[in-house]
Amino acid sequence: MIEVRHLTKQFGNHLAVDDISFTAQKGEILGFLGPNGAGKSTTMRMITGFFPPTSGTVIIGGSDILSQSLAARRKIGYLPENAPVYPDMTVGRYLDFCAEIRGFSGTAKTQRVDETLERCFLAGVRHQMVNTLSKGYKQRVCFAQSILHDPEYLILDEPTDGLDPNQKHEVRLMIREMSATKAIIFSTHILDEVDSVCSRAIIIADGKVVADDTPDGLRRRSAFHGSVVLTVTGAAAGGAQKGIADLEGIASVSVVESDGDRTTLRIFPDDPEVSVADRVIATVSRDGVGIDAMFVEQGRLDDVFREITTGK
Amino acid sequence: MQNGNFLRNIWIIMKREFAGYFGSPVAYVFIVIFLLLTGFFTFYISNFFEAGQADLKGFFQWHPWLFMFLVPAVAMRLWAEERRLGTIELLLTLPVTVTDVVLGKFLAAWCFIGIALTLTFPLVITVVYLGNPDLGVIFCAYLGSFLMAGTFLSVGSMTSALTRSQVVSFILAVVTCLFLILAGFAPVTAVLSGWAPMWLVDLVSSTSVLSHFASIARGVLDVRDLLYYLSVMIFMIFVNGVILQNRESA
Repeated sequence: MIEVRHLTKQFGNHLAVDDISFTAQKGEILGFLGPNGAGKSTTMRMITGFFPPTSGTVIIGGSDILSQSLAARRKIGYLPENAPVYPDMTVGRYLDFCAEIRGFSGTAKTQRVDETLERCFLAGVRHQMVNTLSKGYKQRVCFAQSILHDPEYLILDEPTDGLDPNQKHEVRLMIREMSATKAIIFSTHILDEVDSVCSRAIIIADGKVVADDTPDGLRRRSAFHGSVVLTVTGAAAGGAQKGIADLEGIASVSVVESDGDRTTLRIFPDDPEVSVADRVIATVSRDGVGIDAMFVEQGRLDDVFREITTGK
Repeated sequence: MQNGNFLRNIWIIMKREFAGYFGSPVAYVFIVIFLLLTGFFTFYISNFFEAGQADLKGFFQWHPWLFMFLVPAVAMRLWAEERRLGTIELLLTLPVTVTDVVLGKFLAAWCFIGIALTLTFPLVITVVYLGNPDLGVIFCAYLGSFLMAGTFLSVGSMTSALTRSQVVSFILAVVTCLFLILAGFAPVTAVLSGWAPMWLVDLVSSTSVLSHFASIARGVLDVRDLLYYLSVMIFMIFVNGVILQNRESA
């Protein structure tokens, strides 16, 4: 388990991270979200022991990153932002170095490096210099470095940044695959990623945790969660709006778009968890209005994110 | 602390540094320039052949001045480059101590300069062929030269940790090395001795690399000279570690 306890970091007068606490259990993929400059990277740097915190500490699987730093660091795999790798070495040589410094030697080392190269689809560039590789490959080399020693805890700072959609997909698959036995914390800007990968998400803004929830839970915070979006056709559309609004359990109905004889309505129920879809359908078809499209909005993470981080 | 790990970690870091040196043109450029410059100064400025002496004085006397520029050029990338590339973040989150890393990097660079120095061996062969030099003196001079390079290197490594700009690191290191040389440079001590008391002149010149190098290069291996070099190196490497541990940015 990774236990972040009251982590605070002050740079001069600027409070970059302000009393952040959370935990990440094994089997969990924790998405770490926040606008640029919110303190994501600083927090990750403190978790991995790169920066000493101004106050607070982090416990990595029982080892304190400050007082038992080496023991704690042995359990961590870290992919820093922008995936830095030494440019003037070959991929194989670099991973050899990582394996050796992590305590592997002889055949165990060779096996580790071979396995990792295979796993990250890097076998083909083993003998190539890192500075001749494309951004996607460099990212994978750095990723390979972080999983080489099969760490119990993975800290990934924007692991899919700068990758093409296929590579993003691959990295996400790898993260999901590894999550069964590890606790993974990764930061990202891409909210779809949170949905497809994370089991839990933490949003930070101005150095504070402003939300800690499952992706579904976050979505439920959207003002649009549970609302029904209905597109109707025909002259009687105006009547439909009134008819729906009069139904029991409906809080309000608003017109999203009106284009000739097509009207799109958004229907807000009193309780977002109680479905009103069938009653809406019944009312509309009773009035003889044609239904073009209809869906129940789950709420979009983008909206929730914006709302939480900017207060709008 | 576990001693086995300490040495093992230093060794692994040294190996990686070496792979980095020889994986880029830096190593080759440095060695070639060092050999060309030593050759030029020895043969054309010191008139090695015309001097008619079977010794390497004309070769070693230039080392402080050459090293003053060349060693900071090797040292400037030690930390500034890691910071610029961001690889420092990986290096310092590995399960190794700052001491392991600082020493590993320093020793790798020092060995590298040692290799460049060793490659001047044809000069020794030449002197042996031409005359009957005192090989003990030559060995001492090499040792002194190597220690001086290490001293300049420790200064350069420390200034490199201060900044992510290699140029700034280079200039700071050159100025510091220049000071270490000039404190014992004859014209400077002459100016000082005109008005300052003798003990002050001695004190200033004893902080100089030059006076310690001169006595070793004569073949006099004095413990005080060795202590001088080692203490400057240990101090600079210690400061280097402190700077890294207290850095507030990547």
